[in-house]
Amino acid sequence: MSSAVLTTPSVSPAPLARQRRRIDWGTPLIYVVALAIVGITVVPVAYIWVSGFRTTAQLNDNPSAWPSPWILTNYASVLSSPTFWTEVANSTITAIGTTVGVVFLGVLAAFVIARYEFRGRDALYSLFTAGLLFPLTVAVLPLYLMLRDLNLLGTLAGVIIPQIAFALPVTIIILVPFLRAIPGELEDAASIDGTSRFGFFWRIVLPLSGPGLVTVGVLAFVGSWNAFLLPLLTLGDPNNYTLPLGVQFFSTQYSQDTAMVLAFTSLAMLPAIIFFTIAQRQIVGGLTGAVKG
Amino acid sequence: MTSTITAGSAVSAGPAPSPSFPARRRGSSLGRKRIEIALFAGPALLVYVAFVLVPVVLAAVYSFYKWNGYGPIQDFIGLENYRRALSDPVFLSAIGHNLFVVVLSLVVQGPIAIGIALLLNRKLRGRTFFRVIIFIPYVLSEVIAGLSWKLLLQPDGPFDSFLRSIGLGSLKHLWLADSNIVLWTVFAILTWKYVGFAIILFLAGLQSVPAELEEAGRIDGASWWQIQRYITLPLLGPTIRIWAFLSIIGSLQLFDMVWVVTGGGPAGATTTMASYMVQYGFQRNQLGFGSAVAVILFIISLVFALLYQRFVLRRDLQGSLTRGVG
Repeated sequence: MSSAVLTTPSVSPAPLARQRRRIDWGTPLIYVVALAIVGITVVPVAYIWVSGFRTTAQLNDNPSAWPSPWILTNYASVLSSPTFWTEVANSTITAIGTTVGVVFLGVLAAFVIARYEFRGRDALYSLFTAGLLFPLTVAVLPLYLMLRDLNLLGTLAGVIIPQIAFALPVTIIILVPFLRAIPGELEDAASIDGTSRFGFFWRIVLPLSGPGLVTVGVLAFVGSWNAFLLPLLTLGDPNNYTLPLGVQFFSTQYSQDTAMVLAFTSLAMLPAIIFFTIAQRQIVGGLTGAVKG
Repeated sequence: MTSTITAGSAVSAGPAPSPSFPARRRGSSLGRKRIEIALFAGPALLVYVAFVLVPVVLAAVYSFYKWNGYGPIQDFIGLENYRRALSDPVFLSAIGHNLFVVVLSLVVQGPIAIGIALLLNRKLRGRTFFRVIIFIPYVLSEVIAGLSWKLLLQPDGPFDSFLRSIGLGSLKHLWLADSNIVLWTVFAILTWKYVGFAIILFLAGLQSVPAELEEAGRIDGASWWQIQRYITLPLLGPTIRIWAFLSIIGSLQLFDMVWVVTGGGPAGATTTMASYMVQYGFQRNQLGFGSAVAVILFIISLVFALLYQRFVLRRDLQGSLTRGVG
C-alpha cells in the first residue's frame, strides 16, 4: 500500500509545499502540547514555592490563593534553623564521599580490567557486572545488621561505604570501554619513555578519561543525594539526617504547620534542581550507557 | 567470548586492550604486575564483595531462619518463611501492586512519552527551556516529590480546589485515603515524576535517527505518520527497550514514593514488595522473614531482567550485562 506511494515519482517542489503546509497547522498544536506539559510539570512545584510565602491560617482558609501579602517568615525560619543546614551538609558530605570513593575505586579497578592481561580478568569483570542484578533493596536488611556490628549505624560512613559498593558495578561498566579505547601506542610510548604503568595511568589515562569520570561521578552523586532507603534504616538520629529523611521528618513533626512544611520542602528541592539541571546531559547519557553496557 | 588479542593488533584506537605491553613485560616483572593488579583492583573488589555480595548471600541464609536480628541465629525453619510470605494475601497483593505499576508504566508512560518526543523532535523555539523544565520532576528525590504531592492531594487541599475552580469539583476524591483509587494516585505521581525523563531519553534517541532517512521518506511521498511509523519508531527501538528495562526494574523495587506518600496503606492498598519487606524485616524485627521477602523480590527482578535481556534487549546489546570482557 505504502510502496505504491513510495514509488510514485515526485516532483521536487511538491514535498516542500507539503512540508510547509504541515508545519502551518502542526506547529501551534505542538506549542500547545509543550505548554501543557510544562504546566503540568511546573504548577505543582510552583504552588509549593509560592504557598511557602503564605501562613498556615491562610492556607487552611483557601488552599489555592495568591500570597497577599507575601510572608517571608516561613522561609526565613527554615533558613535560620540549624536543622536545615545540618541536613544540607549531611547530604553534601554523603554525596561527595560516595562520589569520590566510587570514582577512585572504580577507575582503578576498571583500569586493571581494561588494560591488564591476566587469568581471571573476565571473571573479575563478570563479577562486577553481575552486581547490576543485586539492588540495594535485596541486601539492605543484612547490610543493616553488618553496619550495626561494625558500629557504623548512625554515621554517615555507614551510608557512604555501602553506596560506594552498590555504585561500583555501573561505574566499572561505564569506565571499562572508556579506558580500553585509549590507544595502545600511547601506552607503548609512555613505556619507552620510561614511565611506569602507574605513571601511564596517572598522567595519560586519567586526563583522557575525564568525560567518563564526570558521568559516573554525576550518577553516583545523584543516587546518593536522592537516596532514602539506606539512610532511613541506618541513620537513626535526626542530627545525622540527610535531606530526604529530613524533609520527611519535618513534615511529620510540623504536620499542623503546612506553610512551614511547604517552605522546607521548597528549599530542599533547590540544590537538586540547580545541580542536576546543569548535569542533565551526563545523567541521561550515563543511564542509557550503563544499560547498553 | 573471551578473545585474547594477539600482539600487534592495536594499530587503531579500537576497543582492544593494549596487547604488546603486557606481553613484553611478562617474565621480566610478572610479580610486579600481580602486585599492581592487586593494589588497583583489590580495594574495589573488597568493598564490593563485603558490602554487596556478602549481604546478598546473607539475605539468602537468613531467609531460612526465624530470627529477630539479635543473639545467635539458630532457629532453622527451612522454607517456612517463604511459605508464609507466599500465603499472605497482603504480600501477594503487594506483588500485584508492583506488577500493576510495571504494566501501567509500560502502556501509559511509554506511549505518552514517545508521542510527545516525536511531536517535539523538531526545531522549536524554547526547546532547551522545555528540556530543562520537564527534567525537574526527575531530579527531585522520590521523597520530596512524594511529600509535595501528599500536600497537594490532602482532602479539600490545593488539588481539589483546583478541580473545583475549573468546574470539575465533582471529580473530587479522597485521593490517598480511598483504597480503590490510591494505587492509581501513586501511579499518577510516579508518572508525573518519570515521564519527563522518558521524553528526554527519547528525544536524545531521536537525535541519532539520521535526518536523511526521514527526508528520503518525505521525498518519496510518505506522510508524517508513515515516516514516524516506518522509519523513526523502528530506529528509536533500542532507546525504547532500554527505557522499558529501567522502568520495569524501577517499578519492581518501588519503595520511596509509597513509603512517604501512603506508607503502604490504607489497609495495604499500596503495599509493595519492598515496603512489605521493610515493614516486617525492619520495623517488626523479623529479619528472617524480611530476608525471605527480599529473596523473592530479587528472584522476580532477576527473572524479569534475564527474560528481558534474552528476548528483548538481545539485539541491542553487543556485550550483554553479564558476559565476559570479550
